[in-house]
Amino acid sequence: MKQIAAIGKYWIMVWELFKKPTKWSVMRNLILKEIDELIYGSMGIIVFISFFIGGVVAIQTALNITNPLIPKYLVGFATRQSVILEFAPTFTSIIMAGKVGSYITSSIGTMRVTEQIDALEVMGVNSLNYLVFPKIIAMLMYPFVIAIAMNVGILGGWIAGVFGGFSSSADFINGIQLDFIPYHVFYAFMKTLAFAFIIATVPSFHGYYMKGGALEVGKASTTSFVWTSVVIIITNYTLTQLMLG
Amino acid sequence: MIEVDNIHKSFGESHILKGVSTCFDKGKTNLIIGQSGSGKTVFLKCLLGLFSPEQGSISYNGQIYADLTRDQQRMLRQEMGMVFQGSALFDSMTVAGNVMFPLEMFTKQARSEMEDRVNMVLQRVNLHDAHKKYPSEISGGMQKRVAIARAIVMNPKYLFCDEPNSGLDPKTAIVIDNLIQEITKEYDITTVINTHDMNSVMEIGEKIVFLKNGYKEWEGTKNEIFKTDNEAVTNFVYSSELFKKVRQMYLEERN
Repeated sequence: MKQIAAIGKYWIMVWELFKKPTKWSVMRNLILKEIDELIYGSMGIIVFISFFIGGVVAIQTALNITNPLIPKYLVGFATRQSVILEFAPTFTSIIMAGKVGSYITSSIGTMRVTEQIDALEVMGVNSLNYLVFPKIIAMLMYPFVIAIAMNVGILGGWIAGVFGGFSSSADFINGIQLDFIPYHVFYAFMKTLAFAFIIATVPSFHGYYMKGGALEVGKASTTSFVWTSVVIIITNYTLTQLMLG
Repeated sequence: MIEVDNIHKSFGESHILKGVSTCFDKGKTNLIIGQSGSGKTVFLKCLLGLFSPEQGSISYNGQIYADLTRDQQRMLRQEMGMVFQGSALFDSMTVAGNVMFPLEMFTKQARSEMEDRVNMVLQRVNLHDAHKKYPSEISGGMQKRVAIARAIVMNPKYLFCDEPNSGLDPKTAIVIDNLIQEITKEYDITTVINTHDMNSVMEIGEKIVFLKNGYKEWEGTKNEIFKTDNEAVTNFVYSSELFKKVRQMYLEERN
C-alpha cells in the first residue's frame, strides 16, 4: 500500500514539475550546469566501463566458441549485439543510477534538510520545476553518451579480441558489420530516453520528499539507487517485450 | 497586518496547534516565544503558507490565504521575506548570487540595476567585502546577515525570522536583533520572529505571543511581560537568575 501511494506521489510530482516554469534566463543556466554535472561529468566513468565491458564480452565469447564449425566472426557479432542492445543502454544506466542518482538525491535531500527548498517555496518559486526540470532536459543528452558508450564498447571488444589473440581484425570487423539491423539502435536509444527520464526523476523524488537529517540523506541515496535500478530493469523488460517481442 | 484566527494543525496523531488566534501589526517586531515543542516553528510555517492549517484562517491585509488561488498565493509569497534558523542560503551561489536570486527570478531589471540593489542591501546589513564568497566561507553571523539581505531585497511587506540568533555569540545576536528591528521600522513591514532567546524579548519585543503545548497562553508587550502573573510565562521567561533579577529591579523601580 505504501509503495502504491509512493507511485501516486511520484506522478503528482512529475505533473507539478511542469507547472509554473522558471524564467528562461535562469532556467538556461541551470540546464547548462546540469549538463556539465550529469552528462559531461559522467563521461569518464562511462567510457572506462564501456571499454572494458566490450573487451570482456569479446574475450568470453571467444573462449566459449570451442566448436571449429562456428565462424570466428561471431566474436565481433556477439560483441556488437550485446553492447548495443544491453550493455551500453542498460548496464550503463544502472551505473548512472548509482553515480548520477546518488548525486541528485543527496543534493536535493541536503537542500531539503537545510531548508533551502523551503526558502525557494517561500519566495514563490516552484521548487520542483527549479530543481528537477533542468535535470530532465539535461538528461535528454543521455542518448549521446550511450552512443559513445556503444562505440567505445565495440572498440574495447576489438582491441581485446585482436590484441589478445582471440580473433583477427578482419573477422571481428566482418562480425560487427554482419546482419546489422538499424532498428536495434533505434530500440536502444528509445530505451535510453526512458532510462534518462527515470534517472532524472526517481532520485529527485527520493531527495525532494525525504524527511530527517544528514543520516536520512544517506539512507535516501541508497533507497533511491535501489528503486532507480528496479524501475530501469522493469522498464527495460517492458520496452523489450513491446519493441522486440 | 497579519490576522490569525483559531488555527489548528496536526501531523498524524499529534495535534500541534490547538486553536491559536492573534494579530501581528505593521511596522512592529512581533515575537513568538515558547519552549521547544510548543508549536512555534509549525505556527511560523503556517504563516508562511508552507503548512496548511486544518481549521481556522490566516489573512494578510484582509486577504485570507486559503481563499487565494495557487498563483495568487505565490504572488503573495513574493511579498514575504524569510530568515531561516540555519540561514538556508544556497550553497552553490555566492553571497551576491544568493541576494540577487529573488531579483533574477521575479524582476525584469537589467543586470546593473540588480547589482546596485544587491550592493545596497548588503551594505545595509553591514556586509561590504563578502560578495564573492560562498556561504561555507563566511561565519554564522555573516550568513544570518546575508539571509536578512536576501529577505529584504524585494522590499517585502512581511518579514519572518525563525530563531535568527540561534548559534550566535551574544554580541552578534544583539547586532542581528537590532538590525531586524531597524529594518522593520525603516521599511515599515510586519515582522514576526520566532525565538526562545530572552535577550531578544527584552531588546526588540514590541508584541509577544507565548505558545504553550499548541495553545496561545499569553500575549502582550515587553513591559507587560514584567508585570504578568501568568505562571507559565514567568516560569519560562524568568527561568534564569539573571532575568529574575532584571524583573525584580524593574518591579522595584516601578514601586
